[in-house]
Amino acid sequence: MAIQAAVVGVGQSERFRTRIKASIAGLVREAALNALEDAGCSWDDIDAVILGKAPDFFEGHLMPELYLAEALGCIGKPMLRVHTAGSVGGSTACVAASYVQSGQFERILTVTYEKQSESNAMWALSSKQPFNPHLNAGAGGFFAPIIREYMRRTKAPEDVGCKVAYKDRMHALKNPHAHVQEEPNLEEYLASPMLWEPLRFSEVCPSSDGACAMVISNEDLAKKSPNPPAWIAGTSMRSEPTMYPWREEVNPRAGNDCAKDVYKQAGITNPLKEIDMAEVYVPFSWYEPMWAENLFFAEEGEGWKLVLEGTTSRDEGGSCPWNVSGGVMSSNPIGASGMIRFAEAALQVRGMAEDRQVDGCKTALGHAFGGGAQFFATWIVKSDKP
Amino acid sequence: MREVAVISYAQTPKVRDAGAKNDVELVMEAVHGALGNAGITNKDIDFTCSGSCDYLGGAAFAFVSAVDALGAVPSIAESHVEMDAAWAMYEAWMKIQMGHIDTALIYGFGKSSHCEMRNIPTLQMDPYYYQPLWPDTVSIAALQARALLESGKYTEEDFAKVVVNSRKNAKNNPNAQLSGDYTVEQLLAEPTFVSPLRKHDCCPVTDGAAAIVLATREKAEAWCKRPAWITGIDHRIDAHNLGTRDLTVSESAKLAAEKAGVKKGKVDIAELYAPFSHQELILKEAMGLDDSTVINPSGGTLAGHVFMSCGLDRIGEVADRIISGEADRGVAHASSGPCLQQNLVTVLEG
Amino acid sequence: MSEENAAKEPVEGFESPVNLKYSFAAGRATAKFLREIKQGRIVGQRSSITGKVIVPPRGSDPETGTATVEEVVLPDVGTVISFTICHLPIPNNPIMPPFIIANIVLDESDQTFIHLVSECNNEDIQIGTRLKAKWKDSSEWGLSMENIQYFVPLDEAPIDIEELKQKRLKETEKYRNA
Repeated sequence: MAIQAAVVGVGQSERFRTRIKASIAGLVREAALNALEDAGCSWDDIDAVILGKAPDFFEGHLMPELYLAEALGCIGKPMLRVHTAGSVGGSTACVAASYVQSGQFERILTVTYEKQSESNAMWALSSKQPFNPHLNAGAGGFFAPIIREYMRRTKAPEDVGCKVAYKDRMHALKNPHAHVQEEPNLEEYLASPMLWEPLRFSEVCPSSDGACAMVISNEDLAKKSPNPPAWIAGTSMRSEPTMYPWREEVNPRAGNDCAKDVYKQAGITNPLKEIDMAEVYVPFSWYEPMWAENLFFAEEGEGWKLVLEGTTSRDEGGSCPWNVSGGVMSSNPIGASGMIRFAEAALQVRGMAEDRQVDGCKTALGHAFGGGAQFFATWIVKSDKP
Repeated sequence: MREVAVISYAQTPKVRDAGAKNDVELVMEAVHGALGNAGITNKDIDFTCSGSCDYLGGAAFAFVSAVDALGAVPSIAESHVEMDAAWAMYEAWMKIQMGHIDTALIYGFGKSSHCEMRNIPTLQMDPYYYQPLWPDTVSIAALQARALLESGKYTEEDFAKVVVNSRKNAKNNPNAQLSGDYTVEQLLAEPTFVSPLRKHDCCPVTDGAAAIVLATREKAEAWCKRPAWITGIDHRIDAHNLGTRDLTVSESAKLAAEKAGVKKGKVDIAELYAPFSHQELILKEAMGLDDSTVINPSGGTLAGHVFMSCGLDRIGEVADRIISGEADRGVAHASSGPCLQQNLVTVLEG
Repeated sequence: MSEENAAKEPVEGFESPVNLKYSFAAGRATAKFLREIKQGRIVGQRSSITGKVIVPPRGSDPETGTATVEEVVLPDVGTVISFTICHLPIPNNPIMPPFIIANIVLDESDQTFIHLVSECNNEDIQIGTRLKAKWKDSSEWGLSMENIQYFVPLDEAPIDIEELKQKRLKETEKYRNA
């Protein structure tokens, strides 16, 4: 049986933005210092640092853990760098948790970031390769056909995507860290231009700079921590190839397997009932109903009904709000986006989510995915020690 | 602590140019080799972890296509570090310590032949102050070599001896890229390349992949006659800013070696990830190794350097010699960053 | 701006371009595919384990992680598995939006690839639409998928892709060797 570990500190950029005026070191340090403050500890109390971020191409900077050794107070300590595509923020949290759950470390710092303004992410994802037709139209171009197939199969009404986007951006108004903080207008969302049909501009996440950090400790130190801990009741990572013959892309098997694994560890049999809120990686709004099915919150083909019934909306008093932080739809510093999901889930069960707090939240899900919806990471955090 | 052993290791030949083979084809060769040596299949693996670098291939997500080599349908528990695969092994070892899994497959790969290998590590440097100056990897190492000579601790002859030893040992390694009989005089007669380094002081550009299998006691003993038990493992990092470090020593290698317990017993063999000859001298001293230890019996990094799996290769080369009974206790070292900034030390025992 | 003020002006960024040259190796399987497509032939590879056909082949059968060897000559006719109408330009590609990018599965094969669809109205295409390749003039053929300029809808009724999948799975069973 693994040793108990808990999140005792969470830190984020003051606000995610298109461009944060700081060096990469300054960016990660802000989040790290906020996490240390929450945990009531200093650099000296940290045994190791686990860094995560999406492709080095995004900033044109190779193996940034080397350059960040000083900024993250890591000299003479172990430093690891995780990279699992878009799921990296979540995977990094899982790996960081394992440092404590293995019994090898008492208290670690984990940090993720992206500084998209330092390079051109669209270009980084679309570099011309000589052997394939050069048609990589960014992530939206990849996911739009999958979303179209979801719409075909489920006959979901066309406005579901805009309703999710509207809901998430309403949520974001209560999160001071959120990048997009503009009162949404559903009419305008429904009329917004198509980028990659059937995906509209309003249904697509922004591009952000930002960092997120957490301090994770063992049980002894968690109990001595100044603020309530979020106990890590389960972590899981699952992967499958980008393409294989007749791959199920709408409801990928790897996502199902990842959910089943984490629910089993956390003793969850009915996620919709037993999970009080979820922070799920939804970079294109249609992925909320798709992941609702993939994560077993809804029967296959019926995820969109949860959206229309308001079940995932905090503002409509839904029973299981999703992405009350505003989600990826409101802030997307790619490498950090997954960890922000995990950290927001932790804040909720710690009762520290301020204006966006879900009342009585005791069990929360953090979720991230990446690549061609093929890499998945999840964790379940609880306010009570498992 | 759970007992974990390396039970299998496979590598592709350390060639200058793997030609038409792509990453997936190289990884398949290494992964099938490692599983095959242990007489197991991918279904016996609980967790897979890899190390690779996007900049070698000139496109984001190099590791994504490598998943095509694993047979990951249905899905597998898997992770990746953008580091040498030795750190991927560390992540897997940690996961085994958690108690959820018993076996792990670790692989690393790199095809350096088709990129400007000398300039890629430049992108590791501080992006505001150093990277725009484009100091290449050999020049940075040469700064360290110069500092070492100026310290009076070693001479260019000592550098050459390291190379003589590597080339000689590599004669017994069918996978080595560079091997042969040389004398110190011969090597010192060569012109300098980036002073004070000569070409033979620098590791070659190499294409390849490597894979190992880890297992806990019950499975290790079922699948391997003489598993190479990991009795210590630790990694540490130094400051990045070269100006704040004494480049003639490696504090992080010293600390990692202490924490891993290198000195708790006799060290029969050591495989050191020293891409430049003088770095072997720094590492030997930092890790407290003396002449009773055979250094780099495979020829080491100077005989073949697969960027991103060279550290895993060091672990594999030590493990293979323990599995075969050639050695009882060995130390494997991995490094990352300019002038040995980050170091990982593994102690393996029969 | 006076020198004094210039000194006070904060430096918020500077350009530091990265130029690196690469020489790519396609891989053995892809190289073979490219040599064939230079002759106007589409040649996939069959997994010896699952019996399914992958095109363009990339050296391995991703389902089983084994090398693919057996070659299968394929027709240049296929089916739209899904598609997007792209309203944004692609970096480093002169093609002007809007354009249709489809995930296409060729007849007698089992894995999709993406390509352009043209010579049609946007409304003419749906999931299940049948397509045929429109090749460039053979004088322009090189080692590239772009020898096919784009795909064009066939004058056939769209088919049910779920039925197509089941039909293929049954068909490939004959070649299975698990």
